[in-house]
Amino acid sequence: MHISSRPGSARRRLSLGVAAAVGVALLASGCSASSSNTGSSGTYEAPSKDTKAELTYGVWDQTQVKAIKANLAGFNKEYPNIKVNVNVTPYDSYFTKLQTEASSNTLPDLFWLNGPNFQLYASNGKVEPITGEVKSGDITLSNYSSALDDLYSLDGVQYGVPKDFDTIGVWVNKALFEQAGVDLPKADWTWSDFQTAAATISSKLKGKGIYGVAGGMDGQTTYYNTIAQSGGDVINADGTKSGYDSAATKKGLEFWTQLIESGSSPTIQQLTDTSADQWFTSGKVAMFWGGSWARTEVGDSSIAKDVQVYPLPKGEKQATVIHGVSNVVAAGSKNKAAAQALQVYLASKEAQKQQGDMGAVIPAYTGTQTAFAKSQPGVDLQVFLDAVDYAVPFPVSKNTAAWNALEGSELPAAFSGSKPVATVADDLASQMNALLAKEK
Amino acid sequence: MTTETLHPPKAAAPGRPKLLKRDGAWPWLFVSPLLLGIAVFFLWPIIQTAYFSLTTWGVFGGSTFTGVANYVRLFADPQLYLALGNTLLYTGIVLLGVPLAVWFASLLNTPGLRFASFYRVLFFLPYVAMPTAIAMVWRIIFNGDFGILNYLLRGIGIQGPYWISTPGFAMVAVAIVGLWSSLGFSMIILGAGLKNIPAELYEAAELDGAKPWRQFRSVTVPLLTPSIFFVLIITIIGSFQLFDLQYAILGSPATNPVIPRSLSLVYFFYQQGFVSNDKGYAAAIAMIIFVVIGIVTLVQFRLQKKWVSND
Repeated sequence: MHISSRPGSARRRLSLGVAAAVGVALLASGCSASSSNTGSSGTYEAPSKDTKAELTYGVWDQTQVKAIKANLAGFNKEYPNIKVNVNVTPYDSYFTKLQTEASSNTLPDLFWLNGPNFQLYASNGKVEPITGEVKSGDITLSNYSSALDDLYSLDGVQYGVPKDFDTIGVWVNKALFEQAGVDLPKADWTWSDFQTAAATISSKLKGKGIYGVAGGMDGQTTYYNTIAQSGGDVINADGTKSGYDSAATKKGLEFWTQLIESGSSPTIQQLTDTSADQWFTSGKVAMFWGGSWARTEVGDSSIAKDVQVYPLPKGEKQATVIHGVSNVVAAGSKNKAAAQALQVYLASKEAQKQQGDMGAVIPAYTGTQTAFAKSQPGVDLQVFLDAVDYAVPFPVSKNTAAWNALEGSELPAAFSGSKPVATVADDLASQMNALLAKEK
Repeated sequence: MTTETLHPPKAAAPGRPKLLKRDGAWPWLFVSPLLLGIAVFFLWPIIQTAYFSLTTWGVFGGSTFTGVANYVRLFADPQLYLALGNTLLYTGIVLLGVPLAVWFASLLNTPGLRFASFYRVLFFLPYVAMPTAIAMVWRIIFNGDFGILNYLLRGIGIQGPYWISTPGFAMVAVAIVGLWSSLGFSMIILGAGLKNIPAELYEAAELDGAKPWRQFRSVTVPLLTPSIFFVLIITIIGSFQLFDLQYAILGSPATNPVIPRSLSLVYFFYQQGFVSNDKGYAAAIAMIIFVVIGIVTLVQFRLQKKWVSND
């Protein structure tokens, strides 16, 4: 699964509009040379400017480090004596390492967490709530998409805010549409428009080995979206019951099984040998359901000049899943106050705007995203920003990874057509419910 | 994960115990760095793993003693037998490389062969190259639509399968790479063994009128059996520990749906221990792998008397 997002960077907060509030908070804290504290009391005071500390900041995306360094330079103008070491671990091993660190209480002071892993850490008391920062006004939840705020709240307690977000759109190869003589999509297209276009392109360009669409095994970019569009859900809102046995959810899965069965998409085997994004960037597939993070890959590919982005087609309703990474403070951090000050700074408008201006990531702070929309001239990246309005939360529970593994082992049987969707989905639901029951 | 150290069987030198006694603590002092390393990095982990296999772990550490519960669950888990079967299949295919290696090694040892060192390097290269890099290349070779293997097969009228994404074929594909990359190492060992066969034996055989094939069967192979035995042991242990090559070629369940049906024992261990974070259960799997390798190796040492010539 692809859970990737990238943010940009930030700058001195004091010079901005928020300065007043922060200034007051600083004065109120009385420059009491010692650091502030949070925790059970749920209060937060910004630590004094001359706080001395050395922090570790754990992240997984090397491409964002430049923007992070820029953020940290801004942070150090405020807190010159807090040294921050950025620790990059590749995504593949990030959570394996994090789990080991959490087990031995050696987590980085501040680190990235994603939706599927958040509740596991929060429910085991590994991350610090931001109750205090919210109460003191240092972090204002309404500045971020509420679907993403919800992703990082558990049992009514908020543990972090998003630093960035990603939504899903349809990346289209205009040249292949033209070759097949199919009209380009309209922004308000529906499932049947999509299916027709995919089928036509596949049949017209079959001789060249070109397909209309690349179906998927990756939930985030494919079936999670269609499940939401058909009115179903992967998991219920409080993360206690699987939605796979509902009729609407099955319809969302059938969207993909039909595309594969009808030959509009390569088979699951073909998609294993050559991934969907590779099919698309090598000009062998006309439509690719991809995240906003695909911009760099698509932009760097040989088909870049033929690319356009459209919103996902409507089913019963319009929907996309939204995901974003959050900065969270380790509950066991020895420099908690300093780590929280950094957390607050990275959540600020200035920090996020800098991230957006510098990188390929969409910052989460409302109103800082224009740089991303313009980052590839001629391509309507605004689609990904507008998608926030109809975005649904990323499906998670306390131990998301456990049933993610089930999706990976069960669903391919449905996609390959070796078992009926209903049978696979019912079976998946009962196994998933058994796992969810174990999650206390 | 289990690791074993192997010593080619050697007859104990007579009078050795006496020597030890006379030298007192000195010999121990000299081997202590090695012993310490083995104790810290091999023995202690094995003992710990054995203990952990009797415990159940929380997500973030903290274990409770649950007796043989992990083993009860493990023996009822169809994945264990699947993984065992897959591992045996892989081992079987890779073992086909041993006779091949004997054949190639003696060809390379032909007196007067030109470019012998060049061929030797050629065969040994896969062993030196990074497994991940090798895996990347083979992934491309195996690609169902665009891979060169299926392209060549099409040339002779065969529609090749999707090697790495078809259950059944996936394991065979990995084993082909395993066989290919182990060939060089086996050949080096066997080549060294060949050098130890006295040339007079061949001369004598030739005088008796033995043709090359007869010489190979009656002189080379019998006198090579100690080396063949060593290669077999190493190959089987290595095959039972299959993981990195498989992981790099087939990928993870998120990217390849055949993984759940193509687990090897160590892949199964990895999934339970590091993906599902069921450390106690994974420890039990590790113990099973350890015991299986132990038994297989023991059986081989028993059988060796039947076929390995000791001069």
